[in-house]
Amino acid sequence: MLEVEALHLRRGHKAVLSDIDLQLQPGQIVGVLGPNGAGKSSLLSVLCGELAPSQGHVRLAGRALDSWRGQDRARCLAVLPQVSSLGFSFTVREVVGLGRLPHASGERQDGEIVEAALRAADAWHLCARSYLQLSGGERQRVHLARVLAQLWPGATGTTLLLDEPTSMLDPLHQHTTLQAVRDVADRGAAVLVILHDLNLAARYCDRILLLQEGRCHALDVPSRVLTPQALKAVFGIEVLVQAHPERGHPLVIMR
Amino acid sequence: MRRLLAPRTLFIGLGLACLLAVWLSLALGPVNLPLADTWRAGLRLLGVPLSGEGLGQAELILGQIRLPRTLLGLAVGAVLALSGVAMQGLFRNPLADPGLVGVASGAALGAAVAIVGGSWLGGIDEAFAPYLLSVCALLGGLGVTALVYRLGRRDGQTSVATMLLAGIALTALASSAVGLFTYLADDATLRTLTFWNLGSLNGASYQRLWPLLLVTGGVALWLPRRAQALNALLLGESEARHLGVDVEGLKRELVFCTALGVGAAVAAAGLIGFIGLVVPHLVRLLAGPDHRVVLPASLLAGGTLLLFADLIARLALAPAELPIGIVTAFIGAPFFLFLLIRGRG
Repeated sequence: MLEVEALHLRRGHKAVLSDIDLQLQPGQIVGVLGPNGAGKSSLLSVLCGELAPSQGHVRLAGRALDSWRGQDRARCLAVLPQVSSLGFSFTVREVVGLGRLPHASGERQDGEIVEAALRAADAWHLCARSYLQLSGGERQRVHLARVLAQLWPGATGTTLLLDEPTSMLDPLHQHTTLQAVRDVADRGAAVLVILHDLNLAARYCDRILLLQEGRCHALDVPSRVLTPQALKAVFGIEVLVQAHPERGHPLVIMR
Repeated sequence: MRRLLAPRTLFIGLGLACLLAVWLSLALGPVNLPLADTWRAGLRLLGVPLSGEGLGQAELILGQIRLPRTLLGLAVGAVLALSGVAMQGLFRNPLADPGLVGVASGAALGAAVAIVGGSWLGGIDEAFAPYLLSVCALLGGLGVTALVYRLGRRDGQTSVATMLLAGIALTALASSAVGLFTYLADDATLRTLTFWNLGSLNGASYQRLWPLLLVTGGVALWLPRRAQALNALLLGESEARHLGVDVEGLKRELVFCTALGVGAAVAAAGLIGFIGLVVPHLVRLLAGPDHRVVLPASLLAGGTLLLFADLIARLALAPAELPIGIVTAFIGAPFFLFLLIRGRG
Protein backbone atom coordinates (compact mmCIF):
# COMPACT_ATOMS: atom_id res chain seq x y z
CA MET A 1 0.00 0.00 0.00
CA LEU A 2 1.30 3.42 -0.97
CA GLU A 3 0.19 6.54 0.87
CA VAL A 4 0.95 10.25 1.02
CA GLU A 5 -0.07 12.73 3.64
CA ALA A 6 -0.17 16.52 3.44
CA LEU A 7 1.99 16.46 0.34
CA HIS A 8 3.41 19.69 -1.04
CA LEU A 9 5.72 20.06 -4.00
CA ARG A 10 7.25 23.35 -5.06
CA ARG A 11 9.39 24.08 -8.07
CA GLY A 12 11.08 27.43 -7.56
CA HIS A 13 8.32 29.65 -6.19
CA LYS A 14 5.55 27.84 -7.99
CA ALA A 15 3.45 25.37 -6.01
CA VAL A 16 3.09 22.30 -8.23
CA LEU A 17 1.18 20.17 -5.73
CA SER A 18 -0.56 21.40 -2.59
CA ASP A 19 -1.94 19.46 0.32
CA ILE A 20 -2.57 16.09 -1.31
CA ASP A 21 -3.70 13.17 0.83
CA LEU A 22 -3.98 9.86 -0.94
CA GLN A 23 -4.00 6.20 -0.06
CA LEU A 24 -3.73 3.48 -2.65
CA GLN A 25 -5.64 0.50 -1.26
CA PRO A 26 -5.05 -3.11 -2.29
CA GLY A 27 -7.47 -4.19 -4.98
CA GLN A 28 -8.41 -0.66 -5.97
CA ILE A 29 -7.69 1.44 -9.03
CA VAL A 30 -7.39 5.15 -8.42
CA GLY A 31 -7.67 7.23 -11.58
CA VAL A 32 -6.04 10.65 -11.72
CA LEU A 33 -7.75 13.18 -13.97
CA GLY A 34 -7.01 16.81 -14.61
CA PRO A 35 -6.16 19.30 -17.35
CA ASN A 36 -2.62 19.64 -18.74
CA GLY A 37 -0.26 21.03 -16.14
CA ALA A 38 -2.53 20.14 -13.21
CA GLY A 39 0.31 18.16 -11.60
CA LYS A 40 -0.68 14.60 -12.53
CA SER A 41 2.77 13.49 -13.67
CA SER A 42 4.44 15.38 -10.82
CA LEU A 43 2.23 13.49 -8.39
CA LEU A 44 3.31 10.21 -9.97
CA SER A 45 6.97 11.26 -9.81
CA VAL A 46 6.64 11.98 -6.10
CA LEU A 47 4.81 8.71 -5.48
CA CYS A 48 7.58 6.69 -7.10
CA GLY A 49 10.44 8.61 -5.51
CA GLU A 50 11.76 10.39 -8.60
CA LEU A 51 10.93 13.77 -7.05
CA ALA A 52 11.34 14.52 -3.37
CA PRO A 53 8.30 16.28 -1.88
CA SER A 54 8.86 19.74 -0.38
CA GLN A 55 6.63 18.73 2.52
CA GLY A 56 4.92 15.53 3.53
CA HIS A 57 5.93 11.91 3.34
CA VAL A 58 5.46 9.06 0.92
CA ARG A 59 5.12 5.68 2.62
CA LEU A 60 5.22 2.27 0.98
CA ALA A 61 3.84 -0.52 3.20
CA GLY A 62 4.18 1.80 6.17
CA ARG A 63 7.85 2.59 5.59
CA ALA A 64 9.26 5.84 4.20
CA LEU A 65 9.75 5.31 0.46
CA ASP A 66 13.34 6.60 0.41
CA SER A 67 14.40 4.15 3.12
CA TRP A 68 13.72 1.14 0.85
CA ARG A 69 16.56 -0.69 -0.80
CA GLY A 70 16.24 -0.35 -4.59
CA GLN A 71 15.70 -4.02 -5.33
CA ASP A 72 13.24 -4.66 -2.50
CA ARG A 73 11.24 -1.67 -3.59
CA ALA A 74 11.23 -2.79 -7.22
CA ARG A 75 9.63 -6.09 -6.15
CA CYS A 76 6.53 -4.34 -4.85
CA LEU A 77 6.38 -1.05 -6.75
CA ALA A 78 6.38 -0.81 -10.55
CA VAL A 79 6.10 2.34 -12.62
CA LEU A 80 5.11 2.83 -16.24
CA PRO A 81 6.30 6.22 -17.51
CA GLN A 82 4.50 8.14 -20.23
CA VAL A 83 7.20 7.62 -22.83
CA SER A 84 10.14 5.30 -22.81
CA SER A 85 13.10 5.82 -25.06
CA LEU A 86 14.90 2.63 -25.94
CA GLY A 87 17.27 2.87 -28.89
CA PHE A 88 18.63 -0.67 -28.97
CA SER A 89 17.14 -3.59 -30.85
CA PHE A 90 16.10 -5.84 -27.98
CA THR A 91 13.41 -8.35 -28.81
CA VAL A 92 10.04 -7.78 -27.20
CA ARG A 93 10.58 -10.86 -25.03
CA GLU A 94 13.89 -9.42 -23.77
CA VAL A 95 12.32 -6.05 -22.95
CA VAL A 96 9.56 -7.68 -20.92
CA GLY A 97 12.14 -10.00 -19.35
CA LEU A 98 13.88 -6.93 -17.88
CA GLY A 99 10.84 -6.60 -15.65
CA ARG A 100 11.99 -9.77 -13.86
CA LEU A 101 15.34 -8.17 -12.98
CA PRO A 102 14.51 -7.46 -9.32
CA HIS A 103 13.47 -11.08 -8.78
CA ALA A 104 15.59 -14.19 -8.56
CA SER A 105 12.83 -16.51 -9.68
CA GLY A 106 14.84 -18.49 -12.22
CA GLU A 107 14.75 -18.65 -15.99
CA ARG A 108 11.85 -21.04 -16.35
CA GLN A 109 9.44 -19.20 -14.12
CA ASP A 110 10.51 -15.89 -15.62
CA GLY A 111 9.72 -17.24 -19.08
CA GLU A 112 6.21 -18.26 -17.99
CA ILE A 113 5.60 -14.89 -16.34
CA VAL A 114 6.85 -12.99 -19.39
CA GLU A 115 4.44 -14.96 -21.55
CA ALA A 116 1.52 -14.37 -19.18
CA ALA A 117 2.25 -10.64 -18.99
CA LEU A 118 2.58 -10.35 -22.77
CA ARG A 119 -0.73 -12.18 -23.24
CA ALA A 120 -2.39 -9.87 -20.71
CA ALA A 121 -1.21 -6.84 -22.67
CA ASP A 122 -2.27 -8.52 -25.93
CA ALA A 123 1.31 -8.40 -27.23
CA TRP A 124 2.26 -12.08 -27.15
CA HIS A 125 2.24 -12.27 -30.95
CA LEU A 126 5.00 -9.61 -30.98
CA CYS A 127 7.31 -11.55 -28.69
CA ALA A 128 10.04 -12.34 -31.23
CA ARG A 129 9.94 -8.93 -32.94
CA SER A 130 12.58 -6.25 -32.48
CA TYR A 131 11.36 -3.47 -30.19
CA LEU A 132 12.60 -0.88 -32.68
CA GLN A 133 10.29 -2.19 -35.42
CA LEU A 134 7.13 -1.67 -33.35
CA SER A 135 4.64 1.16 -33.65
CA GLY A 136 4.11 3.60 -30.80
CA GLY A 137 1.05 1.79 -29.51
CA GLU A 138 2.73 -1.61 -29.68
CA ARG A 139 5.70 -0.25 -27.73
CA GLN A 140 3.33 1.09 -25.11
CA ARG A 141 1.75 -2.35 -24.68
CA VAL A 142 5.19 -3.97 -24.45
CA HIS A 143 6.17 -1.62 -21.63
CA LEU A 144 2.87 -2.35 -19.92
CA ALA A 145 3.71 -6.05 -20.15
CA ARG A 146 7.13 -5.25 -18.66
CA VAL A 147 5.69 -3.60 -15.55
CA LEU A 148 3.04 -6.32 -15.26
CA ALA A 149 5.82 -8.92 -15.35
CA GLN A 150 7.65 -7.00 -12.65
CA LEU A 151 4.74 -7.44 -10.20
CA TRP A 152 3.18 -10.62 -11.63
CA PRO A 153 0.63 -11.81 -10.66
CA GLY A 154 0.02 -8.60 -8.75
CA ALA A 155 -0.69 -9.88 -5.26
CA THR A 156 -1.73 -7.80 -2.25
CA GLY A 157 1.18 -5.63 -1.20
CA THR A 158 2.21 -4.66 -4.72
CA THR A 159 1.62 -1.23 -6.19
CA LEU A 160 1.43 -0.23 -9.83
CA LEU A 161 1.72 3.37 -11.06
CA LEU A 162 0.78 4.09 -14.68
CA ASP A 163 1.19 7.38 -16.53
CA GLU A 164 -1.29 7.54 -19.42
CA PRO A 165 -0.96 3.90 -20.46
CA THR A 166 -3.59 4.31 -23.19
CA SER A 167 -2.40 7.54 -24.83
CA MET A 168 -1.28 5.88 -28.06
CA LEU A 169 -3.67 2.94 -28.20
CA ASP A 170 -6.57 2.19 -30.52
CA PRO A 171 -10.02 1.87 -28.91
CA LEU A 172 -9.84 -1.91 -28.57
CA HIS A 173 -6.46 -1.85 -26.88
CA GLN A 174 -7.43 0.99 -24.59
CA HIS A 175 -9.93 -1.44 -23.16
CA THR A 176 -7.74 -4.57 -23.21
CA THR A 177 -4.99 -2.59 -21.46
CA LEU A 178 -7.23 -1.25 -18.73
CA GLN A 179 -8.92 -4.65 -18.37
CA ALA A 180 -5.45 -6.15 -17.79
CA VAL A 181 -4.86 -3.49 -15.14
CA ARG A 182 -8.29 -4.24 -13.65
CA ASP A 183 -7.36 -7.95 -13.45
CA VAL A 184 -4.13 -7.12 -11.64
CA ALA A 185 -6.06 -4.99 -9.18
CA ASP A 186 -8.60 -7.76 -8.68
CA ARG A 187 -5.72 -10.05 -7.69
CA GLY A 188 -4.82 -7.59 -4.93
CA ALA A 189 -2.52 -4.93 -6.35
CA ALA A 190 -3.01 -1.25 -5.59
CA VAL A 191 -3.08 0.79 -8.78
CA LEU A 192 -2.84 4.46 -9.65
CA VAL A 193 -3.44 5.38 -13.26
CA ILE A 194 -3.29 8.78 -14.95
CA LEU A 195 -5.89 9.03 -17.70
CA HIS A 196 -7.29 11.64 -20.05
CA ASP A 197 -10.37 9.79 -21.19
CA LEU A 198 -13.15 10.48 -18.69
CA ASN A 199 -15.25 7.51 -19.80
CA LEU A 200 -12.36 5.04 -19.50
CA ALA A 201 -11.77 6.36 -16.00
CA ALA A 202 -15.45 6.04 -15.16
CA ARG A 203 -15.54 2.45 -16.34
CA TYR A 204 -12.36 1.02 -14.81
CA CYS A 205 -11.52 3.09 -11.72
CA ASP A 206 -12.79 2.54 -8.20
CA ARG A 207 -11.98 6.08 -7.16
CA ILE A 208 -11.05 9.18 -9.09
CA LEU A 209 -8.73 11.96 -7.99
CA LEU A 210 -9.58 15.16 -9.84
CA LEU A 211 -6.63 17.54 -9.82
CA GLN A 212 -6.84 21.25 -10.50
CA GLU A 213 -3.71 23.39 -10.41
CA GLY A 214 -2.02 21.01 -8.04
CA ARG A 215 -4.91 20.76 -5.62
CA CYS A 216 -7.32 17.95 -5.00
CA HIS A 217 -10.68 19.08 -6.39
CA ALA A 218 -12.36 15.79 -5.59
CA LEU A 219 -11.41 12.28 -4.53
CA ASP A 220 -14.29 9.83 -4.53
CA VAL A 221 -16.10 7.14 -6.52
CA PRO A 222 -16.62 8.02 -10.20
CA SER A 223 -20.33 8.78 -9.88
CA ARG A 224 -19.64 11.50 -7.32
CA VAL A 225 -16.59 12.98 -9.03
CA LEU A 226 -17.71 13.04 -12.64
CA THR A 227 -20.49 15.62 -12.31
CA PRO A 228 -21.25 18.36 -14.86
CA GLN A 229 -20.39 20.99 -12.24
CA ALA A 230 -17.00 19.50 -11.39
CA LEU A 231 -16.02 18.96 -15.02
CA LYS A 232 -17.08 22.51 -15.87
CA ALA A 233 -15.03 23.87 -12.99
CA VAL A 234 -11.90 21.82 -13.67
CA PHE A 235 -11.81 21.33 -17.46
CA GLY A 236 -14.10 24.16 -18.55
CA ILE A 237 -16.27 21.79 -20.59
CA GLU A 238 -20.04 21.56 -20.81
CA VAL A 239 -21.16 17.96 -20.44
CA LEU A 240 -24.12 15.73 -19.82
CA VAL A 241 -23.59 12.85 -17.46
CA GLN A 242 -25.85 9.81 -17.73
CA ALA A 243 -25.68 6.31 -16.41
CA HIS A 244 -24.27 3.73 -18.80
CA PRO A 245 -27.32 1.82 -20.05
CA GLU A 246 -25.82 -1.62 -19.41
CA ARG A 247 -23.15 -1.14 -16.75
CA GLY A 248 -24.48 1.76 -14.73
CA HIS A 249 -21.25 3.75 -14.38
CA PRO A 250 -21.36 7.43 -15.35
CA LEU A 251 -21.11 8.23 -19.04
CA VAL A 252 -19.79 11.66 -19.93
CA ILE A 253 -21.18 13.23 -23.10
CA MET A 254 -20.00 16.53 -24.52
CA ARG A 255 -22.81 18.99 -25.18
CA MET B 1 13.34 -10.52 -35.39
CA ARG B 2 15.75 -13.35 -35.78
CA ARG B 3 19.27 -12.79 -34.60
CA LEU B 4 21.94 -13.65 -37.12
CA LEU B 5 23.91 -15.78 -34.68
CA ALA B 6 23.17 -17.58 -31.46
CA PRO B 7 25.56 -16.44 -28.71
CA ARG B 8 27.23 -19.85 -28.70
CA THR B 9 28.01 -19.75 -32.40
CA LEU B 10 29.28 -16.20 -32.02
CA PHE B 11 31.64 -17.14 -29.22
CA ILE B 12 32.99 -20.16 -31.09
CA GLY B 13 33.53 -18.06 -34.22
CA LEU B 14 35.18 -15.25 -32.30
CA GLY B 15 37.38 -17.69 -30.39
CA LEU B 16 38.63 -19.22 -33.64
CA ALA B 17 39.16 -15.81 -35.26
CA CYS B 18 41.06 -14.69 -32.19
CA LEU B 19 43.33 -17.74 -32.28
CA LEU B 20 43.98 -17.17 -35.98
CA ALA B 21 44.82 -13.52 -35.36
CA VAL B 22 47.19 -14.43 -32.54
CA TRP B 23 48.96 -17.03 -34.65
CA LEU B 24 49.28 -14.68 -37.67
CA SER B 25 50.48 -11.88 -35.42
CA LEU B 26 53.16 -14.15 -33.99
CA ALA B 27 54.21 -15.69 -37.30
CA LEU B 28 54.15 -12.77 -39.75
CA GLY B 29 56.50 -9.82 -39.86
CA PRO B 30 59.73 -8.69 -41.46
CA VAL B 31 61.09 -12.16 -40.66
CA ASN B 32 58.48 -14.78 -41.49
CA LEU B 33 58.55 -17.62 -39.01
CA PRO B 34 57.33 -20.97 -40.35
CA LEU B 35 54.27 -22.29 -38.55
CA ALA B 36 56.15 -25.15 -36.94
CA ASP B 37 58.89 -22.85 -35.67
CA THR B 38 56.32 -20.52 -34.14
CA TRP B 39 54.86 -23.43 -32.20
CA ARG B 40 58.17 -24.85 -31.11
CA ALA B 41 59.65 -21.50 -30.14
CA GLY B 42 56.47 -20.82 -28.25
CA LEU B 43 56.80 -24.09 -26.41
CA ARG B 44 60.43 -23.30 -25.63
CA LEU B 45 59.34 -19.95 -24.21
CA LEU B 46 57.01 -21.86 -21.91
CA GLY B 47 59.97 -23.89 -20.69
CA VAL B 48 59.66 -27.04 -22.82
CA PRO B 49 63.23 -28.09 -23.67
CA LEU B 50 63.32 -28.26 -27.49
CA SER B 51 66.30 -27.69 -29.72
CA GLY B 52 66.65 -27.07 -33.44
CA GLU B 53 68.27 -24.96 -36.09
CA GLY B 54 67.37 -21.28 -35.90
CA LEU B 55 65.08 -21.93 -32.96
CA GLY B 56 67.10 -19.63 -30.74
CA GLN B 57 66.55 -16.73 -33.12
CA ALA B 58 62.88 -17.60 -33.46
CA GLU B 59 62.55 -17.68 -29.72
CA LEU B 60 64.20 -14.29 -29.44
CA ILE B 61 61.93 -12.69 -32.06
CA LEU B 62 58.89 -14.32 -30.54
CA GLY B 63 59.65 -13.65 -26.92
CA GLN B 64 61.09 -10.14 -27.14
CA ILE B 65 59.14 -8.63 -30.03
CA ARG B 66 56.08 -10.44 -31.26
CA LEU B 67 54.61 -11.85 -28.07
CA PRO B 68 54.55 -8.53 -26.19
CA ARG B 69 53.22 -6.85 -29.31
CA THR B 70 50.48 -9.44 -29.73
CA LEU B 71 49.50 -9.21 -26.08
CA LEU B 72 49.51 -5.43 -26.33
CA GLY B 73 47.25 -5.57 -29.38
CA LEU B 74 44.84 -7.99 -27.72
CA ALA B 75 44.64 -5.97 -24.53
CA VAL B 76 44.32 -2.57 -26.21
CA GLY B 77 41.62 -3.83 -28.58
CA ALA B 78 39.75 -5.58 -25.80
CA VAL B 79 39.82 -2.69 -23.37
CA LEU B 80 38.89 -0.12 -26.03
CA ALA B 81 35.93 -2.24 -27.12
CA LEU B 82 34.79 -2.67 -23.50
CA SER B 83 35.14 1.08 -22.93
CA GLY B 84 33.00 1.62 -26.02
CA VAL B 85 30.28 -0.66 -24.62
CA ALA B 86 30.45 1.15 -21.27
CA MET B 87 30.16 4.58 -22.91
CA GLN B 88 27.30 3.54 -25.16
CA GLY B 89 25.49 2.15 -22.14
CA LEU B 90 26.19 5.29 -20.13
CA PHE B 91 24.92 7.61 -22.86
CA ARG B 92 22.26 5.09 -23.89
CA ASN B 93 23.31 5.77 -27.42
CA PRO B 94 25.05 3.44 -29.86
CA LEU B 95 27.05 6.30 -31.40
CA ALA B 96 29.08 7.11 -28.29
CA ASP B 97 32.74 6.25 -28.80
CA PRO B 98 35.64 7.15 -26.53
CA GLY B 99 37.46 8.74 -29.49
CA LEU B 100 34.49 10.68 -30.83
CA VAL B 101 33.47 12.25 -27.54
CA GLY B 102 36.99 13.33 -26.64
CA VAL B 103 37.85 10.85 -23.88
CA ALA B 104 40.84 9.54 -25.82
CA SER B 105 42.09 13.08 -26.46
CA GLY B 106 41.80 13.86 -22.79
CA ALA B 107 43.80 10.76 -22.01
CA ALA B 108 46.37 11.75 -24.64
CA LEU B 109 46.67 15.15 -23.00
CA GLY B 110 47.26 13.47 -19.67
CA ALA B 111 49.90 11.27 -21.30
CA ALA B 112 51.55 14.30 -22.91
CA VAL B 113 51.70 16.06 -19.56
CA ALA B 114 53.41 12.99 -18.12
CA ILE B 115 55.88 12.69 -21.01
CA VAL B 116 56.85 16.35 -21.17
CA GLY B 117 56.72 16.82 -17.42
CA GLY B 118 58.87 13.72 -17.03
CA SER B 119 61.51 15.01 -19.42
CA TRP B 120 61.57 18.38 -17.66
CA LEU B 121 62.13 16.63 -14.40
CA GLY B 122 65.12 14.95 -16.00
CA GLY B 123 63.64 11.59 -16.89
CA ILE B 124 61.63 9.12 -14.89
CA ASP B 125 62.70 5.67 -13.86
CA GLU B 126 62.02 3.12 -16.64
CA ALA B 127 60.11 0.70 -14.48
CA PHE B 128 57.91 3.42 -13.05
CA ALA B 129 57.21 5.49 -16.17
CA PRO B 130 54.41 3.33 -17.69
CA TYR B 131 52.43 3.54 -14.44
CA LEU B 132 52.80 7.32 -14.20
CA LEU B 133 51.74 7.55 -17.84
CA SER B 134 48.69 5.39 -17.20
CA VAL B 135 47.64 7.36 -14.15
CA CYS B 136 47.97 10.70 -15.97
CA ALA B 137 46.08 9.36 -18.99
CA LEU B 138 43.40 8.01 -16.64
CA LEU B 139 43.01 11.42 -15.00
CA GLY B 140 42.79 13.14 -18.38
CA GLY B 141 40.20 10.64 -19.59
CA LEU B 142 38.23 10.85 -16.36
CA GLY B 143 38.04 14.63 -16.57
CA VAL B 144 36.76 14.62 -20.13
CA THR B 145 34.27 11.76 -19.61
CA ALA B 146 32.75 13.51 -16.63
CA LEU B 147 32.63 16.82 -18.48
CA VAL B 148 31.03 15.43 -21.66
CA TYR B 149 28.54 13.57 -19.51
CA ARG B 150 27.58 16.74 -17.62
CA LEU B 151 27.30 18.71 -20.85
CA GLY B 152 25.44 16.08 -22.87
CA ARG B 153 22.73 15.31 -20.33
CA ARG B 154 19.68 17.33 -19.54
CA ASP B 155 16.78 16.10 -17.41
CA GLY B 156 17.97 12.53 -17.61
CA GLN B 157 18.07 12.54 -21.41
CA THR B 158 21.15 12.43 -23.61
CA SER B 159 21.40 14.93 -26.37
CA VAL B 160 23.51 13.20 -29.00
CA ALA B 161 24.18 16.47 -30.80
CA THR B 162 25.43 18.17 -27.63
CA MET B 163 27.46 15.11 -26.74
CA LEU B 164 29.23 15.01 -30.11
CA LEU B 165 29.67 18.79 -30.24
CA ALA B 166 31.10 18.82 -26.73
CA GLY B 167 33.37 15.99 -27.88
CA ILE B 168 34.59 18.07 -30.83
CA ALA B 169 35.24 21.08 -28.62
CA LEU B 170 37.05 19.06 -25.97
CA THR B 171 39.07 17.18 -28.59
CA ALA B 172 40.13 20.52 -30.10
CA LEU B 173 41.02 21.86 -26.67
CA ALA B 174 43.02 18.79 -25.70
CA SER B 175 44.74 18.68 -29.10
CA SER B 176 45.78 22.31 -28.84
CA ALA B 177 47.19 21.65 -25.40
CA VAL B 178 49.08 18.63 -26.77
CA GLY B 179 50.20 20.89 -29.65
CA LEU B 180 51.53 23.39 -27.15
CA PHE B 181 53.51 20.63 -25.47
CA THR B 182 54.75 19.49 -28.88
CA TYR B 183 55.95 23.01 -29.57
CA LEU B 184 57.75 23.24 -26.26
CA ALA B 185 59.20 19.73 -26.34
CA ASP B 186 62.76 18.78 -27.28
CA ASP B 187 63.52 16.41 -30.15
CA ALA B 188 63.35 13.12 -28.29
CA THR B 189 60.11 14.02 -26.53
CA LEU B 190 58.70 15.24 -29.84
CA ARG B 191 59.12 11.80 -31.38
CA THR B 192 57.33 10.16 -28.47
CA LEU B 193 54.48 12.67 -28.66
CA THR B 194 54.01 12.19 -32.40
CA PHE B 195 53.92 8.46 -31.89
CA TRP B 196 51.18 8.97 -29.30
CA ASN B 197 49.00 10.98 -31.61
CA LEU B 198 48.93 8.33 -34.32
CA GLY B 199 48.88 5.21 -32.20
CA SER B 200 51.13 2.22 -32.67
CA LEU B 201 51.86 -1.15 -31.16
CA ASN B 202 55.49 -0.74 -32.19
CA GLY B 203 58.15 -1.11 -29.54
CA ALA B 204 55.90 -3.08 -27.22
CA SER B 205 57.66 -4.13 -24.06
CA TYR B 206 56.56 -6.05 -21.01
CA GLN B 207 57.08 -2.93 -18.92
CA ARG B 208 54.50 -1.02 -20.94
CA LEU B 209 52.27 -4.07 -20.96
CA TRP B 210 51.79 -4.66 -17.23
CA PRO B 211 49.66 -1.65 -16.27
CA LEU B 212 47.48 -2.26 -19.32
CA LEU B 213 46.99 -5.96 -18.60
CA LEU B 214 46.05 -5.11 -15.01
CA VAL B 215 43.45 -2.60 -16.15
CA THR B 216 42.09 -4.81 -18.93
CA GLY B 217 41.72 -7.70 -16.51
CA GLY B 218 40.01 -5.50 -13.96
CA VAL B 219 37.56 -3.95 -16.42
CA ALA B 220 36.89 -7.31 -18.09
CA LEU B 221 36.03 -8.86 -14.73
CA TRP B 222 34.06 -5.90 -13.42
CA LEU B 223 31.77 -4.87 -16.27
CA PRO B 224 30.07 -8.25 -16.92
CA ARG B 225 28.88 -8.24 -13.30
CA ARG B 226 26.81 -5.21 -14.23
CA ALA B 227 25.51 -6.59 -17.54
CA GLN B 228 21.87 -6.83 -16.44
CA ALA B 229 21.98 -3.39 -14.84
CA LEU B 230 23.36 -2.03 -18.12
CA ASN B 231 20.47 -3.69 -19.98
CA ALA B 232 18.02 -1.98 -17.64
CA LEU B 233 19.81 1.35 -18.04
CA LEU B 234 19.13 1.26 -21.78
CA LEU B 235 15.42 1.61 -20.94
CA GLY B 236 16.12 4.93 -19.27
CA GLU B 237 17.51 6.09 -15.96
CA SER B 238 14.25 6.29 -14.07
CA GLU B 239 13.08 2.98 -15.57
CA ALA B 240 16.31 1.37 -14.37
CA ARG B 241 15.79 2.86 -10.91
CA HIS B 242 12.26 1.45 -10.82
CA LEU B 243 13.73 -1.93 -11.67
CA GLY B 244 15.89 -1.68 -8.57
CA VAL B 245 19.19 -0.65 -10.17
CA ASP B 246 21.46 1.70 -8.23
CA VAL B 247 21.73 4.05 -11.20
CA GLU B 248 24.04 6.66 -9.68
CA GLY B 249 26.49 3.99 -8.59
CA LEU B 250 26.32 2.29 -11.97
CA LYS B 251 27.00 5.56 -13.80
CA ARG B 252 30.03 6.26 -11.61
CA GLU B 253 31.36 2.78 -12.35
CA LEU B 254 30.83 3.23 -16.09
CA VAL B 255 32.58 6.61 -16.16
CA PHE B 256 35.45 5.19 -14.17
CA CYS B 257 35.78 2.01 -16.25
CA THR B 258 35.72 4.01 -19.49
CA ALA B 259 38.35 6.45 -18.31
CA LEU B 260 40.47 3.70 -16.81
CA GLY B 261 40.32 1.54 -19.94
CA VAL B 262 40.89 4.34 -22.43
CA GLY B 263 43.58 5.86 -20.24
CA ALA B 264 45.51 2.59 -20.02
CA ALA B 265 45.12 1.91 -23.75
CA VAL B 266 46.25 5.41 -24.71
CA ALA B 267 49.19 5.24 -22.32
CA ALA B 268 50.30 1.93 -23.82
CA ALA B 269 49.60 2.44 -27.52
CA GLY B 270 48.59 6.02 -28.19
CA LEU B 271 45.41 7.20 -29.86
CA ILE B 272 43.68 4.34 -31.64
CA GLY B 273 40.22 5.37 -32.72
CA PHE B 274 36.91 3.75 -33.65
CA ILE B 275 37.49 0.33 -32.05
CA GLY B 276 35.06 1.28 -29.31
CA LEU B 277 32.47 2.23 -31.92
CA VAL B 278 32.85 -0.49 -34.53
CA VAL B 279 33.25 -3.57 -32.35
CA PRO B 280 30.18 -3.30 -30.09
CA HIS B 281 28.13 -2.38 -33.15
CA LEU B 282 29.19 -5.45 -35.06
CA VAL B 283 28.52 -7.64 -32.06
CA ARG B 284 25.03 -6.17 -31.57
CA LEU B 285 24.32 -6.59 -35.26
CA LEU B 286 25.22 -10.27 -35.03
CA ALA B 287 23.81 -11.29 -31.68
CA GLY B 288 21.58 -8.52 -30.31
CA PRO B 289 22.10 -5.89 -27.61
CA ASP B 290 22.03 -8.06 -24.46
CA HIS B 291 25.08 -6.98 -22.47
CA ARG B 292 25.57 -10.49 -21.10
CA VAL B 293 26.64 -11.37 -24.64
CA VAL B 294 27.87 -7.99 -25.89
CA LEU B 295 30.48 -7.52 -23.15
CA PRO B 296 32.45 -10.78 -23.47
CA ALA B 297 31.99 -10.86 -27.25
CA SER B 298 33.28 -7.28 -27.59
CA LEU B 299 36.28 -8.21 -25.50
CA LEU B 300 37.17 -11.02 -27.90
CA ALA B 301 36.24 -9.16 -31.07
CA GLY B 302 38.10 -6.00 -30.03
CA GLY B 303 41.35 -7.85 -29.46
CA THR B 304 40.94 -9.80 -32.71
CA LEU B 305 40.11 -6.75 -34.81
CA LEU B 306 43.04 -4.79 -33.45
CA LEU B 307 45.45 -7.64 -34.19
CA PHE B 308 44.21 -7.79 -37.79
CA ALA B 309 44.52 -4.00 -38.07
CA ASP B 310 48.05 -4.28 -36.72
CA LEU B 311 48.84 -6.95 -39.32
CA ILE B 312 47.71 -4.55 -42.04
CA ALA B 313 49.78 -1.78 -40.45
CA ARG B 314 52.84 -4.04 -40.37
CA LEU B 315 52.51 -5.65 -43.78
CA ALA B 316 50.90 -3.05 -46.08
CA LEU B 317 54.09 -1.05 -46.59
CA ALA B 318 56.65 -3.56 -45.28
CA PRO B 319 59.38 -3.08 -44.23
CA ALA B 320 58.04 0.35 -43.26
CA GLU B 321 55.18 0.37 -40.76
CA LEU B 322 51.96 2.36 -40.75
CA PRO B 323 50.73 3.76 -37.44
CA ILE B 324 47.80 1.55 -36.49
CA GLY B 325 45.64 4.55 -35.64
CA ILE B 326 45.59 5.35 -39.35
CA VAL B 327 44.42 1.83 -40.20
CA THR B 328 41.61 1.79 -37.64
CA ALA B 329 40.49 5.26 -38.76
CA PHE B 330 40.35 4.03 -42.37
CA ILE B 331 38.07 1.20 -41.25
CA GLY B 332 36.15 3.09 -38.60
CA ALA B 333 35.38 6.48 -40.14
CA PRO B 334 33.47 5.07 -43.15
CA PHE B 335 31.66 2.73 -40.76
CA PHE B 336 30.59 5.71 -38.65
CA LEU B 337 29.33 7.51 -41.76
CA PHE B 338 27.43 4.36 -42.74
CA LEU B 339 25.76 4.31 -39.32
CA LEU B 340 24.80 7.97 -39.63
CA ILE B 341 23.24 7.44 -43.04
CA ARG B 342 21.44 4.29 -41.94
CA GLY B 343 20.18 5.98 -38.78
CA ARG B 344 18.69 8.77 -40.87
CA GLY B 345 16.97 6.42 -43.30
